[in-house]
Amino acid sequence: MAYSDKIKEIYQNQLKGIQDAGLFKQERFIHSSQDAEIEVEFPTGSTPKKVINVCANNYLGLSSHPEVIKAAHEGLDTRGYGMSSVRFICGTQDIHRELENKVSEFLGTEDTILFPSCMDANAGVFEAILTSEDIMISDRLVHASIIDGMRLCAAQHDTFKHSDMAHLEKKLQLHANKRLKVVINDGVYSMDGDTAKLDEMAALCEKYDALLFVDESHSSGFIGKTGRGTHEKCGVMGKIDIITTTFGKALGGASGGCVSGRKEIVEMCRQKARPYLFSNTIAPVVVSGVLRVLDILSQSTERRDKLEANTKFWRKGLSEAGFVLKDGDTPIVPVMLFNAKLAQDFSKDLFDLGIYAIGFFFPVVPQGAARIRTQISAGHEMHHLEKALDAFIQVGKKYNILGKTKQEIIEMYGN
Amino acid sequence: MENMKEIILEYVIEEYCDEENDDVTFDTPLISGGIVDSFSMVSLKRFLENKYKISIPDADASPEAFDTVNKIEVLVKRFQ
Ligand SMILES: Cc1ncc(COP(=O)(O)O)c(C=O)c1O
Repeated sequence: MAYSDKIKEIYQNQLKGIQDAGLFKQERFIHSSQDAEIEVEFPTGSTPKKVINVCANNYLGLSSHPEVIKAAHEGLDTRGYGMSSVRFICGTQDIHRELENKVSEFLGTEDTILFPSCMDANAGVFEAILTSEDIMISDRLVHASIIDGMRLCAAQHDTFKHSDMAHLEKKLQLHANKRLKVVINDGVYSMDGDTAKLDEMAALCEKYDALLFVDESHSSGFIGKTGRGTHEKCGVMGKIDIITTTFGKALGGASGGCVSGRKEIVEMCRQKARPYLFSNTIAPVVVSGVLRVLDILSQSTERRDKLEANTKFWRKGLSEAGFVLKDGDTPIVPVMLFNAKLAQDFSKDLFDLGIYAIGFFFPVVPQGAARIRTQISAGHEMHHLEKALDAFIQVGKKYNILGKTKQEIIEMYGN
Repeated sequence: MENMKEIILEYVIEEYCDEENDDVTFDTPLISGGIVDSFSMVSLKRFLENKYKISIPDADASPEAFDTVNKIEVLVKRFQ
């Protein structure tokens, strides 16, 4: 054992630094399954309290859907609990390949490879398909897992201003001489809830002979008329070369991710992507659940339609009440408060009124852009949304921010 | 010839700023101030290397060395 006092002190000091900076993350224990209403123990040690959840990625309300649970049970009964192997030794079942085929069909792609998570998909894909002769050109606001994936890859990289097509075009021109160019972005940006301009990006990629990569974690299942994702919404299905997405949000919410797209690219991942090669894939029970999720979504658009209606109600209600929102039409609806302490206080007051929503502040979002990020679900019924809206208005009145502009709120609370 | 600091500042504003944060000066903290993220810093490094025909070793291209236009000028001059 070499855990000396000196080593211990190094960590204790670092942790104290995180605490002093107000960045110490603490979990809140939920005593129920994931749903529109959950039981939260907060603060730790207190009796769990029933609250309406408006901060889950459970966009389609499928995380605890009876049919999905039933399918998971069947998967457990027929394919067992674990694989005790990576895919290419003895860790691939028929249902893994079935899920890959179903995902390709759902997303309109040529082929798909499962990963233990979308974090792993993003961490593995770039290194598997690019070399130092290539360039990755990414939007400045892509998810942390994509940044990690790019850092693990020998290819060169550059960035463009968020959703700025003129800047992207400049970068494509600057790097015209590279062997392969990949434009990298999220379909829906999880902090602001805005949507990528995939149609314009696809056109630019065609013009400059670049590959197009999109992380669809916050879009798969509900964006677009039949919920296929941002590429459906933007009318560019079949034109995206690489899609990554997660099964840990709208698509049942358990875990797992994938790379879906051009056949050769998927095959390169199967040969070379390290999180695929060196980690067990998704457990059979989860695979069975996701298969059922895709069936449900392929049979009817009822759930994404309900989500769309809920989202409209929520955005309209907040906006008419006089909150400053981020523009957009996705179920991610950030209520802007600008000041970090105000965001934390606001969240606490909401919790007292039975509404669970979390404040986000620097460095998760830019300095002076603190907010409560709300996320709407098809699992919300009108009475949930009405109660949540009432609570927001009540707390909004308490802090006197209703009808106030960004400038006015910053004048009152600072940024 | 334009002054080096002004050239760098002009590039920083064009490459990293929008209407909301274009009031950058020679000693505005860029990286610690959240204007340039450390991952996007690479285009600035590439610009400096091409413009001044220098090569900045990765070990010297630290977020601290890139934190203000004034510091960047010092860095560039070191490798000229
Ligand atoms: C855009 C994006 N990509 C990837 C991930 C990671 O997904 P997973 O939980 O499957 O690793 C997330 C989750 O936070 C995400 O928001």
